[in-house]
Amino acid sequence: MTELTRMTAVDLAAGIKKKEFSAVDVAKAHFDQIAAVDKKLNAFLFIDEDGAMAQAANVDKKLASGEFLGPLAGVPVAVKDIFTQKDIPTTCGSRILENWRPPYDSTVVSRMKNADMVLLGKVNMDEFAMGSSTETSAYGPTTNPWDTSRIPGGSSGGSSAAVAGFLAPLAVGTDTGGSIRQPAAVTGTVGVKPTYGGISRYGIVALASSLDQAGPFARTVLDAALLHQAIAGYDPLDSTSINQPIPDFVAAAKHKDIAGMKLGIVKEFAGEGYQAGVLNRFNEAVAILRNLGAEIVELSCPSFTYALAAYYLIQPSECSSNLARFDGMRYGLRVDDGDSSVEQVMAATRAAGFGPEVKRRIIIGTYALSSGYYDAYYGSAQKVRRLIADDFNAAFSQVDALISPTSPITAFKIGEKLNDPMAMYLNDICTIPVNLAGVGGMSVPIGLADEDNLPAGMQIMAPVMCDDRMYRVAGALESALVSSWGGLLLDKAPRL
Amino acid sequence: MNLFEFENVITDFKPVLGLEVHVELNTKTKVFCSCPTNFGASPNTNVCPTCLGLPGSLPVLNEKAIESIIKIGLALNCQIAPWSRMARKNYFYPDMPKDYQISQYDEPICFDGFLDVLVPNGDDSSKIRIGIERVHLEEDTGKLTHAGGFTGRIHGADYSLVDYNRAGIPLVEIVTKIIPDTGELAPEVAKAYVATLRDLIRNLGVSDVRMEEGSLRCDVNVSLMPIESNQLGTRTETKNVNSLRSVERAVRFEMQRQAALLKAGERVKQETRHFHENDGSTSPGRSKEQAEEYRYFPEPDLLPIAPDSKWIEQLRSELPETPTAKRERLKQAWQITDFEMLAVVNAGALDLIEATVELGTDPSAARKWWLGKITRIANERGVELEQIDITPAQVAEIDQLVATGALNDKLARQVISSVIAGEGSPGEIVQKQGLAVVSDDSALLDAIKEAIVAMPEVVSKIQDGKLQASGALIGAVMKATGGKADAAKVRKLLFDYLGVSQD
Repeated sequence: MTELTRMTAVDLAAGIKKKEFSAVDVAKAHFDQIAAVDKKLNAFLFIDEDGAMAQAANVDKKLASGEFLGPLAGVPVAVKDIFTQKDIPTTCGSRILENWRPPYDSTVVSRMKNADMVLLGKVNMDEFAMGSSTETSAYGPTTNPWDTSRIPGGSSGGSSAAVAGFLAPLAVGTDTGGSIRQPAAVTGTVGVKPTYGGISRYGIVALASSLDQAGPFARTVLDAALLHQAIAGYDPLDSTSINQPIPDFVAAAKHKDIAGMKLGIVKEFAGEGYQAGVLNRFNEAVAILRNLGAEIVELSCPSFTYALAAYYLIQPSECSSNLARFDGMRYGLRVDDGDSSVEQVMAATRAAGFGPEVKRRIIIGTYALSSGYYDAYYGSAQKVRRLIADDFNAAFSQVDALISPTSPITAFKIGEKLNDPMAMYLNDICTIPVNLAGVGGMSVPIGLADEDNLPAGMQIMAPVMCDDRMYRVAGALESALVSSWGGLLLDKAPRL
Repeated sequence: MNLFEFENVITDFKPVLGLEVHVELNTKTKVFCSCPTNFGASPNTNVCPTCLGLPGSLPVLNEKAIESIIKIGLALNCQIAPWSRMARKNYFYPDMPKDYQISQYDEPICFDGFLDVLVPNGDDSSKIRIGIERVHLEEDTGKLTHAGGFTGRIHGADYSLVDYNRAGIPLVEIVTKIIPDTGELAPEVAKAYVATLRDLIRNLGVSDVRMEEGSLRCDVNVSLMPIESNQLGTRTETKNVNSLRSVERAVRFEMQRQAALLKAGERVKQETRHFHENDGSTSPGRSKEQAEEYRYFPEPDLLPIAPDSKWIEQLRSELPETPTAKRERLKQAWQITDFEMLAVVNAGALDLIEATVELGTDPSAARKWWLGKITRIANERGVELEQIDITPAQVAEIDQLVATGALNDKLARQVISSVIAGEGSPGEIVQKQGLAVVSDDSALLDAIKEAIVAMPEVVSKIQDGKLQASGALIGAVMKATGGKADAAKVRKLLFDYLGVSQD
């Protein structure tokens, strides 16, 4: 029998139901794997072994008593440390929230609990989701299972590393400018940023409210679809969640037929800064899609050129406001010498509690929102955002979905770009327009780049509330690629 | 502090007013979460992740709050925006759980309206139209209690306690346009505006508008311009002026204070000021000389507010009669002057008199009881008329007893006092205290005969045609019956007995 930790979520759920193994066996195997290899990865910030084993035992009990169990019952999942989970530490990778235990569950967490999933613990991230490498975490960087001297992407690097390192078959992350798709691409996993409003943001510590969106990580397209289906859907606690029926992602992932679909390659996503090996794999994948019967066209989205600039005004602006509440008054860190004014305590707490990247963005955002600068910065950025959405609409009037490389480069070395914010921000050049327009985006593994034998990903983008199209394209592509590789790309990763 | 004589302020300066009124809506739940809004709960018990601003929490707009603010906007003759947004007002303060307040900035739900108010002007009254700039929705903050120190303010306090029960209570802010050209009436105009606004909102049923509990709070902006100038002066903003009388006093004080400064060649500083109930003065708060930097931007956690126009029209059609229209209607019905109506309104007696009249009491009688004895008792106790423990039904009952001759005015006032003192219903009190008018003719005749015997010279005068002399006899009878006789009846019996025609 395959090792439990190397099985897909689909197979784990089936095996538990057939009583080939118990949910407790599955949880135990994952905690053993975490104990064995997480010192190399630093993916987990908090391991909830007691809670998870109790959840697993409960699944086995339900199964024994013949209760109905959902499609992911007993399947372990790693939770990015940005989702609140009742009584479980939620740090957002920041000192300022060290030891904070929220009194409530985020909607994503409560839906996973209701699906009888087994929540293993909280995984690492860039501080408050600001970064593309998980290096800005106050709790040390997470490493890439393909090469532990390299970054696992970010900000959901704990989630990507946990799935790629076989510490969890599934993980949830959040994506504000690429924070699910880029880590998925550089670790050879599948990552999905759903349509904005497709999954409730309730209980997700906000980075940029108008851009943040939760989504699944998995090793296969079908596993991602199952997790996505379990956590998606309208939530009255989130005013921006969309009150519409959710498409059938699972059926789309199983569909495998893309004959007649029209896919667009965005001209602007190429050129300087793109690694040749990544483009090679991308072009081969495009050829496979064409062979599968898709019609491929090239089109232009001229406003995408300004996406990065607009993003780095809107996101820091919202973040400067969202992060104001961390002032030492109610929870988290408080730096108080007992002889300071309330303003001094707030300032000292924020100075000590936030890292440099968070401070950088708060300062940029505070400036951009100031009266006298608002129109030039935040106002202009919102106009660009509108233009980008228009470009997507125009493109989607011609094609069913768009495709591009997910990240222009493969995983870089830890420390290589930490002191060069612009170089770091360029990792998200292909993913940012998707968040600005609120459409769906997904990354699937397409092979290893020639130069470094590290994973590359293809991004598939679909119109609002048409995320099922991404699964359809990804499912067909994965099927073809897995046949040619003789297994998942991740099987090629070195054993830790 | 130097104050300029009020009369002289008016000779030299033109006051300009601006009023900002905050009204707490009486929705069952808070504006962005489902926590209850009841006043007086134990600190930090009416709270949840959202109104505590915990990381990850999100606001969801209370539809009832939108309905309430639209009602207020319609009642104030405002335009209702077909599309508006909430905005974040960013500043750090420990009573604000998120360190930003969800409010509205350049897209208020209601804008450009007016409210007509009546103010006493000599022996007459003036109607003044107050322009309404905007009416917008926002969330209230928590409440800070500062311990230690001398001022009760945050600076100098040993420590401070925060109660977030109030955080997230829906607040409506009503901002007037500048109010020019009110001259010496300025203090009265400010007071009358707040009083009329309070009545209007109470009438809508969307707020308790209790100034003493803070469910209606007023900030008063005052500036002066020299009489010959049209250049607006520097304004001050006196915060949290929390009674009608204080509104008037705050305006008056600021006019006198600013005039003294300007006369001395000094300048008025742009600042907020605190009002002191004890002596009616104001003292400096925070400077507003530098532009405030709130970094407003549209609230991304909430969808735009786009009320259906059909819904707005429905709310408009369901609006209760406005206080102004009601006053006009009742003024006609009761056949009283503007000035008399103003006395009714200023006493807070309009609804009470109306209710009494609806029970069959004559309007002038109802006014007499409410504005007379009952108002005097309220004034003695320093409370609002409506807080006095007597109902329109009880007043109507007393008046009925007077109309049937069972009570005279003097006895009726005694019964009123007893009802208010909680001694029972009017009927019970009359019974228990034996207050009924003596209507037994023989008892009265006995008293008349006694008086005639005692005052033969008065009887002669009457018989000589000097009918007005009868007052002495009637007075004696009233005295003998302990005031419980109906004077008209005594007079009739007296003349009948003497065989003198009353005409």
